[in-house]
Amino acid sequence: MAKVFIYPVTSLILSDLVARFGHKPLSAAMQIRERIQTAGLESPPLQVTPEDPKKGLKYAAVEVPSGVRGRMALFGPMVEDADAAIVVNDADFSFGCMGCARTNELLAFLIRTRGIPVLDLVYPRTEEEGIEFVAAIRDFLAGLEGK
Amino acid sequence: MTTKVRIAQLSCGPEYSGVQKEIEEAAGAVDAEIFFPDLKLSDIQRDNALFGLDVRSPDLKLSIARARALVDGRVEADAVFIATCFRCAEAAIVRNELRRYIHENSNLPVVSYSFTERTTAGTLLTRMEALTTIARRRALLAREVQEGITMGVDSGSSTTKAVVMQDNRIVGTGWLPTTEVLKSAEQVIELALQESGISRDQIQAIGTTGYGRFLVGQHIGADLIQEELTVNSKGAVYLADAQHGPSTVIDIGGMDNKAISVQDGIPGTFTMGGICAGASGRFLEMTAKRLGVDITELGPLAMKGMSREVPMNSYCIVFGTQSLVNALAAGSSREDVAAAACHSVAEQVFEQQLQEVDIKDPVIMVGGTSLIKGLVRAMGDLLQTEIVVPHHSQYIGAVGSALLASGYIKGE
Repeated sequence: MAKVFIYPVTSLILSDLVARFGHKPLSAAMQIRERIQTAGLESPPLQVTPEDPKKGLKYAAVEVPSGVRGRMALFGPMVEDADAAIVVNDADFSFGCMGCARTNELLAFLIRTRGIPVLDLVYPRTEEEGIEFVAAIRDFLAGLEGK
Repeated sequence: MTTKVRIAQLSCGPEYSGVQKEIEEAAGAVDAEIFFPDLKLSDIQRDNALFGLDVRSPDLKLSIARARALVDGRVEADAVFIATCFRCAEAAIVRNELRRYIHENSNLPVVSYSFTERTTAGTLLTRMEALTTIARRRALLAREVQEGITMGVDSGSSTTKAVVMQDNRIVGTGWLPTTEVLKSAEQVIELALQESGISRDQIQAIGTTGYGRFLVGQHIGADLIQEELTVNSKGAVYLADAQHGPSTVIDIGGMDNKAISVQDGIPGTFTMGGICAGASGRFLEMTAKRLGVDITELGPLAMKGMSREVPMNSYCIVFGTQSLVNALAAGSSREDVAAAACHSVAEQVFEQQLQEVDIKDPVIMVGGTSLIKGLVRAMGDLLQTEIVVPHHSQYIGAVGSALLASGYIKGE
């Protein structure tokens, strides 16, 4: 079983696919759940505090917008933890919304610099492309077995 | 009990910057509530295509769709708050275009703000208060004539001002540097009463504004305690005789600057802030001190100088001071340095704030800095227009307060 970072990190479909093929998806679901369920109302709707953008300094300098650093505080450690990654480019809103384009660019870059196996895909727009899309993910995940 | 003012939030990043709580706290403090307009997934694509600004960030796409829903009336709101991360170029473009779009296509008051993780509820309070005032007190803001005998007190960060008005005329004024907030207020009230020949018990209603408005207001039993954005707008159009139609009010203050786009005396959009003290009256005060002149002499001195002769960037007050000292050490004349300081402040306000409001004539400059002729000239050059500085422009907050307070005479 490998830990697979998925992008968009919020994609339930990708997360489900990774889990179905026997790996552990590194997605936003757990991070967000923890942030929502934490007691108190530090910063509703997410319990992100001004401390998080400071933690994000590990990934982006202080002149980078605070929202990027706050997001990196959540997503950065997952990239560090990943054994592999699946990146779906130009995904539709409904497939998994990643709010900040600048964070997305930084995440894509961090994934590349990790030197882990990465499956790069373009979001499918037709049924045929959809079948090829799932097949590509299946083959990639099958190749990760035994790691 | 008043109904809560519903402020629609269009934003990118505040949840992840840890400032969402601050936004909600500021809104709560003025009895308003923040909400996020609901949309269908299909609306987002359609509204973005119709809006025509192709951005990468999904949260910005969402903001665009929400703005269209507000303008189309699919979602009801009393006011709009646009917030994005400071330093994000894409967000800055969207923030500006949405503000303009909502302003031009609806009657909703709108304010935009770029935040950092250090933004606090206190910083946002005046903006939220102005939004709710415009939404809640349109009738009061429509008041065009001062009636009876009223007093306005403006407790600012640098100076405290008081004005006594009677039957639509200013009959007494008081002006002093702010030291102890209450003491300064008492002193200027005394000065204004003395000049007017009116006794305190003859005053029928009192209004307060400025940073010390709550403290002073409670102390003297004010009928109206209101933030300076709406009060200054009202005071400015009243004194400039521009109560009807569009106008733009610029107030370069001691601590922060305000640029307000006004329609029929009611603020539509406004910005408040300034990146650094370098872009404020404080820098000009410091310049005057360094040049060895009184602040009242800085304007005439600047009028004799050429700003182009001295490179100066007051983006930061420390850099500005450095330029100032270097220029004098290099032999520049005091006149040129004074002109450069005025130009630098005007340029900073122009670049950082005036890009966020629609500049429409007449442009009215108010506050103590409007008496610095060199600054007014520099601003006029940048905006390519004749700037209006009304009489008593330094008392603008006090005049606006006295005017609006007359709405409270006899339980009006």
